[in-house]
Amino acid sequence: MAVLDQSSDSMSPAVRPTRTAGRLSLRRRATRAGWPLLFVAPFFVLFALFSLYPLGFSLWLSFRDWSLNGPARWIGLANYRALFHDSLFWQSMLNCALLFLVYVPLMTLLALVLAVLLNSRYVRLQGLWRTLLFLPYIMSGTVAAAFTFQLMLDRNAGYANKFLGFLGVSPVPWLDSTWWARISLGLLVMWAWLGYNMLIMLAGLQAIPPELAEAARVDGAGPIRIFARVTVPLLRPVIVFSVTLSIIGTFSLFTEPLLLTNGGPANATTTPVLQIWQNTFSFLRVGYSAAMSWIYFAVIVVLALTQYVLVSRRDRYLEARR
Amino acid sequence: MTFAVRRDHVARIAVYLVLAAISAFMVFPFVWMLVSSLKPFPEIFSGAHFLPEHWTLHNFASFFHQTNAARALWNSFYIATATTALSLFLCALGGYGFAKFRFPGRTLLFAFVIATLAVPFAAIVVPLFVMMRNTFHWVDTPWPLIVPSAANAFGIFFMRQYMLSIPDEILDAARVDGASEPRIFLRVVLPVCAPALISLGIIVFIASWNGFLWPLVVLPSPQHWTLPLVLRSLQGPPGRTPYDVLMAGSVVSTLPLVIGFLVFQRRLVSGIMAGTVKG
Repeated sequence: MAVLDQSSDSMSPAVRPTRTAGRLSLRRRATRAGWPLLFVAPFFVLFALFSLYPLGFSLWLSFRDWSLNGPARWIGLANYRALFHDSLFWQSMLNCALLFLVYVPLMTLLALVLAVLLNSRYVRLQGLWRTLLFLPYIMSGTVAAAFTFQLMLDRNAGYANKFLGFLGVSPVPWLDSTWWARISLGLLVMWAWLGYNMLIMLAGLQAIPPELAEAARVDGAGPIRIFARVTVPLLRPVIVFSVTLSIIGTFSLFTEPLLLTNGGPANATTTPVLQIWQNTFSFLRVGYSAAMSWIYFAVIVVLALTQYVLVSRRDRYLEARR
Repeated sequence: MTFAVRRDHVARIAVYLVLAAISAFMVFPFVWMLVSSLKPFPEIFSGAHFLPEHWTLHNFASFFHQTNAARALWNSFYIATATTALSLFLCALGGYGFAKFRFPGRTLLFAFVIATLAVPFAAIVVPLFVMMRNTFHWVDTPWPLIVPSAANAFGIFFMRQYMLSIPDEILDAARVDGASEPRIFLRVVLPVCAPALISLGIIVFIASWNGFLWPLVVLPSPQHWTLPLVLRSLQGPPGRTPYDVLMAGSVVSTLPLVIGFLVFQRRLVSGIMAGTVKG
């Protein structure tokens, strides 16, 4: 194959030994700079066309009144002013914040503990446990999962209440009260993503040299102390990554709240994405949705940046103490 | 001494009990979905027994009769396959460019790629839909599902991580032999990256197969629906949802992934772990 290809590549030093080294390396560098740019180009072309342009277009739309058809009318800041007073939109933001508090701390802690267990020699059949815990990933965010949970949590027919009855606990209105609906939603999301987060933490754990925990053990530290004082601090970047994913994921929920609870009861589980979708396709307020998209985007960026800044400041603090 | 040993035993049993309980919670919805799909409708709601009293495949027949499920199965399959193929090619190409070449602005460009992860899809779904409808005329075609996210930051990051471990000597040897850069990519780099390609391919396929919001927006006509859209169309007003057919449909849309998961489980797990270790 190499012989056949020589005609198409005259830059190889083995082929043209007569050229001066300086000119050769220059030409070679130039061509080789062309190839990688070509290789990474598809990403930037697609991103510019299908993400950057839409972001700009959405900004343009957000200052206009438009119903998907006909001309768009400039209305200045009216969309943003209306959005400021849109209690339903702020309720959807609040719902996500509450939902985040309902399941993310628990999920993160559980993922961490499970990862530590499956990383230690304390537990056997690690592969089996890992597979079982990770299985729901393949149904994460699916219509099928949302409906299955809807049936399981059904007040009368659902197995969740049967199980509670078996334990002697009175039935719970899983999908019919504001707080229980949020908990149910959190349960569904946690079910889907616990194993995934556990794997992330497991990957982080395997990058930590076991000698560190061993040294702490030799110094007389118990397992809980090693977990709190050695494992968790070393794993902080991975934990931060996992929580950042959870922030973005929680504020981007759509399928689950639409199908499991339809945003209810009393809008307790409506989310920003549901609001954007409804305003566009049910109410045909496209400009308004665009403004909503921008505020939603800004909130996510601010949340992620805040977390990043807090964490890096903490890092500097630790550095200084050392 | 014996007390310490016994305490250790108790702790160990407790750990296994907790693991078993959480695993049961993870597996139960799958079992529940399957069991419900094999029950006649009244049995789902009388709910006296966990297993069906009268086993039936009638729900599956109904699913394929009442809806255009066969068509949707095909739509889901070919869209996910095309998405995966294109995405693997472009992400491997981008990852290769970033991992194995030095060029001006590389660090900055790569940082930009990673930063694009912060743009949530929901922030652009509305304007993107308008583009698809008014400019590209791609509504009710598979293109909006295949093209826009084909080269994505996660995939490029993922492939780059793997390709960093390819020794430069292999590539230089091919260059000395006179192979062109595209040829080196196709004939040397891609084969070496097979494990990473399989891992990423599974992740992309699952995401495409399960996709809901974007297909819901760009595929309004039933003959173009993917399986999740068909399932969603079965939902009735409160108390009127045909859960028997719905659970059969859920099994149909989940079973291929379960089988794939059992076959490729190790690749998928190592892929998720490799893709996030330096996140």
